[in-house]
Amino acid sequence: MKHLRSIDELGHDGLVRLLDLTHHMVEVNRRPVPKVPALRGRTVVSLFFEDSTRTRLSFETAAKRLSADTMTFSVSTSSVNKGESLRDTVETISDMGVDAFVVRHKSTGVPWQISEWTNASVVNAGDGWHQHPTQALVDCFTVREALGKERFDGLTLTIVGDIMHSRVARSNIAAFSMLGARVVLVAPPTLLPPDVSHWPVEVSYRLDDVLARTDILYMLRLQSERMSQGHVPNLREYAETYGLDAPRAAKLPPHAVLMHPGPMNRGVEMLVDPSLLPNSLIHRQVANGVAVRMAVLFDLLAGESSAANLAPAAP
Amino acid sequence: MSTRIVVRGARVVDSRGERAADVAVEHGAVVEVGARLSGGDIVDAAGCVVAPGFVDLHAHLREPGKEEAETIETGSRAGAKGGYTALVAMPNTDPPQDSVAVIDFVREQGRRAGLVEVVPSGCITLGRQGEALAPMAELAAAGVRIFTDDGNGVQDELLMRRAMEYGRGLGVTLAQHCEVAALTKGAVMNECSCCTTLGLPGWPSIAEELMVFRDIELARLTGARAHFLHLSTARSVELVRAAKREGLPVSAEVTPHHLSLDETRLATFDTVYKVNPPLRSPHDIAALRAGVLDGTIDALATDHAPHPRRDKELALDQAPPGMLGLETALGVALGVLDADLTRLVRIMSSNPARIAGIDDRHGRDIEPGAPANLVVFDPSATWQVSPDSLASKSRNTPFVGMTLRGRVRHTIFNGAFSVRDGEAQR
Repeated sequence: MKHLRSIDELGHDGLVRLLDLTHHMVEVNRRPVPKVPALRGRTVVSLFFEDSTRTRLSFETAAKRLSADTMTFSVSTSSVNKGESLRDTVETISDMGVDAFVVRHKSTGVPWQISEWTNASVVNAGDGWHQHPTQALVDCFTVREALGKERFDGLTLTIVGDIMHSRVARSNIAAFSMLGARVVLVAPPTLLPPDVSHWPVEVSYRLDDVLARTDILYMLRLQSERMSQGHVPNLREYAETYGLDAPRAAKLPPHAVLMHPGPMNRGVEMLVDPSLLPNSLIHRQVANGVAVRMAVLFDLLAGESSAANLAPAAP
Repeated sequence: MSTRIVVRGARVVDSRGERAADVAVEHGAVVEVGARLSGGDIVDAAGCVVAPGFVDLHAHLREPGKEEAETIETGSRAGAKGGYTALVAMPNTDPPQDSVAVIDFVREQGRRAGLVEVVPSGCITLGRQGEALAPMAELAAAGVRIFTDDGNGVQDELLMRRAMEYGRGLGVTLAQHCEVAALTKGAVMNECSCCTTLGLPGWPSIAEELMVFRDIELARLTGARAHFLHLSTARSVELVRAAKREGLPVSAEVTPHHLSLDETRLATFDTVYKVNPPLRSPHDIAALRAGVLDGTIDALATDHAPHPRRDKELALDQAPPGMLGLETALGVALGVLDADLTRLVRIMSSNPARIAGIDDRHGRDIEPGAPANLVVFDPSATWQVSPDSLASKSRNTPFVGMTLRGRVRHTIFNGAFSVRDGEAQR
């Protein structure tokens, strides 16, 4: 695998391979010294054109635990010198000797554009509304771990909220379907993409109708600017219609699990303290982030080396 | 200009049909059309077509203001190589073409380049800001026959009504870039199932169709001539077809790229495919082709929109829309339109010349006395588009690497070769 840009590109076998590899990384992270020399001498650059503390830290921690060198190029798009094209930025950094770019950008497609301009591997850490494949890997791994299942046949994943603007939703729809889950999208029509008829999903406008048959409830973050853009009249109405409150949580089957990609909007999509719910996986999602990203970087950069290379460094 | 040129052995194609004849030009005019003409500079054009020179209603020549992308000279050269003898220069220059000074400058630069007639369009509103009318009478007195805010649609209904009323009095044509801006904020591609998956903000067809409908009704109300730039949707074609059936004074154009490329191109994330209006669905493409064949769409117009490399090497949401068109229009049109050559010459020459108000000197049927603005092309020659062979200053063509059928051999502008054997003469 040269790049990780979308779940579709990764495919079913790649997805399973990375999830299996993540188990090894979880083991590495449990060691007293959670660090292996697997990527010594390799350089990983985080190229973040959009703010994201959590994802960036997660990738950088992953790279460091594999002993890669890391560089960070963090800039909000507005402050990028207008005279410098994206290509110039990438080529300049590439010339410094880079093995992988971890890229986040507010525009769809940037990881594909960048891979045309560098020989380094490209990891998509979120492009526009399009894809966020490592988040989907985190979510699949977390469900695997929690339910002890490698396939999700017979399970229903219900994704609630701003599907239209969500790269997490697009990657998760692809990944969970690949593993056999049925996917239900719940949102007002204004927060659904224009035409989902060709997606492997079922659509509902009413959260209350689908809770009882949900095994995995995935709440998306609603950004407050969706109000000013007329997608919802106001946040209170959204919270009342699509927010998870205690009565709604009670409608879930007892075994159902709760997920959220963070950061959470308490009082909007989340009206109940998730830590009070017995089956919240939200902390596990964060905890698994590093292991998943270690698996991704290892898979891209360690070449033909097997997981045996994850032995601790010689003293 | 006094050199006699004889185009020998070609088929003569003009709006009336085709016939075999030699064509002689001298002193800037066609002097003879007939068999076995001789004397002067004879070019063998066996297997070729000689037709009135092409007229592009829609070229962004970028000068003044963005000479890094194109100049009037390089754009004229690209046009001549594409078989054009006249280009209507779009007004979104910097400064924009809303004053006599800029109009005169553009026309004069065209004259200096000497490869095609550069026909400046004028802004409808000052600075293309959509707030106050440009001095349309002054611009009309300076020779402007076609007004547009291209790049922007005129959003304000009252202002557009006034522009059409005022324009009717001047006998000019109002050309609209049909886009209701409130519906296309941040849009990158057609709103479709493809944009759903790619997560790219969609440009819905209705944003075009609402304005086509509005301007048809304003043409009905005011009696002004309305022209629709770069139509891209099936419903737009239907609206124009119905308006023409009613005898309303409307005309329409389509670009080569909207006739040939569909929305799925955006899945490559290559900014060369970002264009406004966006590439649409195969259904729209079929309707646009049908619209050309039944005469609903009058003209093929390139919307030639050069951009320097660095501007297109940005993210999709930041890269400017637009693609080159002048040098590939003929080949694309021949490849995708199941049209006879007479129809082709109508949509590339006589119709656009009439809409631009330059039909006294372009798009004329080939007969003695007609101005010698001609193209000679080989409709069966194939060639591969290579960016380095383009005369345009920019390289943003979506047709790179494609093999096109139909190649311009010679272009004769004002009685002299502007292009000979495929080479620009200046």
